[in-house]
Amino acid sequence: MLSRVADGLYWMARYLERAEHTARLIEVQLNLMLDQSAYSADERWRRILASLGDPKLNTESRDAQSLTYSLIFDRSCRSSIVAAIVGARENSRQVRQQISSEMWEQLNRLFHQVRRADLEEGWDPQPHDFLLQVHEGCHLFQGITDGTMSHNEGWQFIQIGRHIERVMATSKLLDTHYREFGDDEQAHLEWIGLLRSCTAFEAYCKYYTADVRPDRVAEFLLLNDEFPHTIRFAADHLEAALKALPDGDGRCARVRLLAGRLKASLSFAQADEIMAQGFNSYLHSIQTQCGQIDDALRQAYIDYPVESALTA
Amino acid sequence: MPATSWPPPFRQYELDDAYDEMFAPDQDVRSHYGTLHQRLLDTPVEEMRRRKQAADLAFLHQGITFTVYGRDEGIEKIFPNDLLPRIITQGEWTKIERGLAQRIVALNLFLKDIYHEGKILNDGIVPREMIYSCKHYRRQMKGLDVPRDVYITVVGTDLIRHPDGRYLVLEDNLRVPSGVSYMLTGRQVMKRVFPELFQACRVKPIEEYPQALLQTLRNLAPHGRMDPTIVLLTPGVFNSAYFEHTYLARQMGIELVEGRDLVVNDNVLYMRTTAGLRRVDVIYRRIDDDFIDPLAFRPDSILGVPGLFNVYRAGNITLCNALGNGIADDKAVYAYVPAIIKYYLNEDPILDNVETFLCSNPAQMDYVLQNLDKLVVKAVGESGGYGMLIGPHSTKEQQEEFRRKIIDDPRNYIAQPTLMLSRAPCYIDGQVEARHIDLRPYILYDGKKVTTVPGGLTRVALRKGSLVVNSSQGGGSKDTWVLHDKE
Repeated sequence: MLSRVADGLYWMARYLERAEHTARLIEVQLNLMLDQSAYSADERWRRILASLGDPKLNTESRDAQSLTYSLIFDRSCRSSIVAAIVGARENSRQVRQQISSEMWEQLNRLFHQVRRADLEEGWDPQPHDFLLQVHEGCHLFQGITDGTMSHNEGWQFIQIGRHIERVMATSKLLDTHYREFGDDEQAHLEWIGLLRSCTAFEAYCKYYTADVRPDRVAEFLLLNDEFPHTIRFAADHLEAALKALPDGDGRCARVRLLAGRLKASLSFAQADEIMAQGFNSYLHSIQTQCGQIDDALRQAYIDYPVESALTA
Repeated sequence: MPATSWPPPFRQYELDDAYDEMFAPDQDVRSHYGTLHQRLLDTPVEEMRRRKQAADLAFLHQGITFTVYGRDEGIEKIFPNDLLPRIITQGEWTKIERGLAQRIVALNLFLKDIYHEGKILNDGIVPREMIYSCKHYRRQMKGLDVPRDVYITVVGTDLIRHPDGRYLVLEDNLRVPSGVSYMLTGRQVMKRVFPELFQACRVKPIEEYPQALLQTLRNLAPHGRMDPTIVLLTPGVFNSAYFEHTYLARQMGIELVEGRDLVVNDNVLYMRTTAGLRRVDVIYRRIDDDFIDPLAFRPDSILGVPGLFNVYRAGNITLCNALGNGIADDKAVYAYVPAIIKYYLNEDPILDNVETFLCSNPAQMDYVLQNLDKLVVKAVGESGGYGMLIGPHSTKEQQEEFRRKIIDDPRNYIAQPTLMLSRAPCYIDGQVEARHIDLRPYILYDGKKVTTVPGGLTRVALRKGSLVVNSSQGGGSKDTWVLHDKE
């Protein structure tokens, strides 16, 4: 497979995962704003922006309406839904012949939906239906991808993109949340919000009952190996997809090593030990490792030096 | 003949001076159109409308599009397709096929000669300055031996039909001809929409084109490369023919690459894959000469591959088509093609040229300047219907503008009589009406064998009275049926 094509598939998946993540954050936030709580909406918005890496926004104002609008429509903000979906579509256009027609059509449909919403006058400040559409559109795309594309090398690059983005986004979200609330059990609503932001509330309840406690939330979102939106689950799948790629004359040794180490560290970790040594620094190290994996991935498959690959 | 004498759905049908594909001047139906004609009379209006919708939908869903330039992003448009086929008899086709083969072989010899000894110039058949003043002449190609001496691999020649029924060559496209994907996809749609009619007419198949193209490219691999890797080089998603590039790559099962996928090392070309560098032997390039290698040609090109031309010179890669072919489809050199055929093959041309006046010849230029309102003037290096003056449809200002241009740069202009393209029945808003058409057959040449799939792309000027068939300017296409002889 051409390196450029692999890169395109990888970024297509990352951008879509990003769109879905942002849509979920906004949805949960708008929902929380309806309830009165000790924490003001302003602080929550600040936290959301921090968890998205404090993206540059077009607007100076920090009220709910303009922030919602920016995080959905601001193309210059790399975490906004529209920017992410446009990015995904641009990448898929480059690799049009490698993805199924059904995938292309669904992504196109999603693109036109969000663009149409942008053009409509009288933007609805409570855009639940719209966010739901984005959500469903992303889910549908994933289902179509799994059902209509050969599970070949290209598909593995899609898995890698999706899961690396998920590990990074979830770890940043956990990071900002714990920095803010520590183990404050009073912030009940906020913990539920965090779980909801990872669509994990129901899964958590099945596991621990509705007794929402900070340490358990942390343990669940970090170490549960059965629920798709936890860090460990995504890291496992990231490693498996990397392992399924061709060897590439040994150039891939490093990326496999890094992904294997991340997986192993999460598999054998104990929640209490992590907490004792500092949860935030553990999350930071996960983010650093993801950066290294991304880098090693390009070195192995995409931007490798010509000299290293001349024997092929 | 009053229009009311036509039965529906032919009420709007008109005959004029142009050759009509379906009707003889006395309104008799030409025999090879008999089946289609009867079908049109028998099919209820609603039924036709339904089939038209089915065809449009099929084009839409397959994403058969082209890009119109001139806006910020380039707009993807569905390629307009007319519902009714254009029909050619076996006898007509045999002559076209022989004529095209003759022309391609002669032009290929011409290119080899021009870039080597230049005998035809020494013998004074083609004026030397005509070649060296051509903006598509590539001095870098001088003395370079191309694999199997094949310069022209893929051709799309434009034919028109004179009022007397003769097929004439209007233009040879020897650089990067496009449109073949519309021929192939158009056929698929027609088979789905008119299965019974298709079968009843005994139409020759064209589906082998991608395989024939692949085989031709394979045959042209550099010497000693037994199992060559073949790629299609595209300028990228913003090119107007990107749909065609992806379509052909998929149909042939070869990689679709961009310049940035390719690297040169030690005069060998590789593509960058996830499994490492893979050597490339043959490039079917859909990118213009100028952009192919920034080191050898336009230095500002970011579409090409630095060093590619050295690989070519070293004989480690085959480019299809070869570089520098533009001199042989230059619109002024065109006037010499009958002489070129005679010179290399000692044969008379099977297909005639359209009468052409060269503005570089003072006597002919005078004639052109005096008859600007009657002639079609064309810039020699342009294509796609750009840079043209259609005399009878032009204003005085436009004529003056072209007069100045011609006097400034006579070599750059030729003129031809206003062409009478033939007309064929088209399905327009529920009625069958006559519209002007041309024909672009696709020809493949590997140095030994000329392959022409029976048919080609019939382009149609969908606007009433229009003579411009280019898709960028309101043209569409028709499926082209070459019939088996009756047993």
